[in-house]
Amino acid sequence: MDQAIIIEKSVIIISVFALTMLMAMYSTLAERKIAAWLQDRIGPNRAGKGGILQPLADGLKLFAKEEFTPNTQNKFLFVTGPAISMSMALMTSAVIPWGDKLHLFGRDIILQATDIDVAILYVFGVLSVGVYGIMIGGWASNNKFSLMSAMRAASQMISYEVAMGMSIIALVMMTQTLSLKEIAEQQSGMNWNVFYQPVGFLIFLVCSFAETNRTPFDLAECEAELIGGYHTEYSSMRMGFYLFAEYASMFISSTILAVLYFGAYNYPGMDWMEQNVGVNIANVIGMFALFAKLCFFIFFYMWVRWTIPRFRYDQLMRLGWKMLIPLSIANIIITAIVLLLHDKAI
Amino acid sequence: MSIETISLSGRKKEVSNKKMTFLESLYLVAIFKGLFITIRHLFKRKVTIKYPEQTRELSPVYRGQHMLMRDEEGKERCTACGLCALSCPAEAITMKADERKPDEKHLYREEKYASIYEINMLRCIFCGLCEEACPKQAIYLTKSKVMVKSNTNREDFIFGKDKLVMPLDQAMRNTQLKAVN
Ligand code: SF4
Ligand code: SF4
Repeated sequence: MDQAIIIEKSVIIISVFALTMLMAMYSTLAERKIAAWLQDRIGPNRAGKGGILQPLADGLKLFAKEEFTPNTQNKFLFVTGPAISMSMALMTSAVIPWGDKLHLFGRDIILQATDIDVAILYVFGVLSVGVYGIMIGGWASNNKFSLMSAMRAASQMISYEVAMGMSIIALVMMTQTLSLKEIAEQQSGMNWNVFYQPVGFLIFLVCSFAETNRTPFDLAECEAELIGGYHTEYSSMRMGFYLFAEYASMFISSTILAVLYFGAYNYPGMDWMEQNVGVNIANVIGMFALFAKLCFFIFFYMWVRWTIPRFRYDQLMRLGWKMLIPLSIANIIITAIVLLLHDKAI
Repeated sequence: MSIETISLSGRKKEVSNKKMTFLESLYLVAIFKGLFITIRHLFKRKVTIKYPEQTRELSPVYRGQHMLMRDEEGKERCTACGLCALSCPAEAITMKADERKPDEKHLYREEKYASIYEINMLRCIFCGLCEEACPKQAIYLTKSKVMVKSNTNREDFIFGKDKLVMPLDQAMRNTQLKAVN
């Protein structure tokens, strides 16, 4: 029995890891392709059919580059920076429910690496640690621009985490649980949270752009002002780790958006499918539903990137502190009032 | 007069510094408008030309590689008068004149000919003024689609008579065609 659980969880963890890597790799291609399409171009199409091998070529190129280390006292920190970024981006995927359950070999297999009660808090915790990757990397680079970029990234992430957390509080008040699995289960059918918490969703969406350092909030990588930002001094695969971490965290935050607000693996008619076609097929379709949703969000990230120009730093702070936080507080209060009235009515 | 009526495109907007309302300062409406504009481009026809497989359509007045012509009997037309070099705005043409020997009558049409005739392809702007200046109709810019090849050596861009003069068999073929017509 124990052995079975170990095997089952290892398979899930390895496949989630592989999926994250694959998605991060192909997000780079998707980004370039979508950028091209939105600008009426074609995009990379030489490596393999339609450019399908482009990420491999890019990876190979990064490997072949010289590994440069600046003359700094903090060689250890310099290496730690990208490692932290990468591992934090990957760790979040542990609590995501990829599907309900599969019935294989006479056992119910829960499609989740671990179902902890405080999954949302865990995600937030790990995300907050992620900023250290950038901070440490920028600090150890011994470069003014890197340091400035790291400061920006840190203050931006901290500011937006407040609004993000507040928007989640309203959601948690409604769902009465912190477990992602239960939140996913509550949204069966078309009972998606986005219909009950549209404002909360918007705030969360904006904040996740800021948390993943994507345009319009990519002030940390503002080329015009800061050269390359916190990874100016990085090259070769260490640089690759930073880039990879960015795409991996984009993938994870798309997944979290889909799980929290867009019904996770639920799709209309899932119960009917489970009863009539079988648990396995219904849940495999559910996994694909989640995948489709998160792909849409990844596309949305890119779509926004080529639509909205970068914010100015003061605009960024004003939006975070003066707009999103009051809005999320108002959202909490309104949710609370509605919940109270609802309870009274019953 | 407002700026919209002055501007030629009619798309210029006056800059205003009025305070944004709360709704505007959330940028939501503007962002949705922007997203709508960009998504339309996703489905538009792509303007990229996949170069080695596709080539751009050339304009009807396209001017390509120069050619020094021969006449019906295959003699070179150029008489090294230097008018092309004079008219060239890029000063790309240099030549050296020589006197025709009696036994070279079948090679050159006039008594004076260009023993050296060079065009520096790095300077040439393919304006076609040499063609217009030539009194002997000796130099032409052809419609050849062969572009000047890239090279690592500057000397290789100076095209001499070996590359510029029309091949003899082509001249003879032209004569035959003319006779048939
Ligand atoms: S095409 Fe124009 S620039 Fe080129 S050689 Fe003739 S006159 Fe000079
Ligand atoms: S090409 Fe024409 S213009 Fe130029 S030197 Fe010869 S005859 Fe004169």
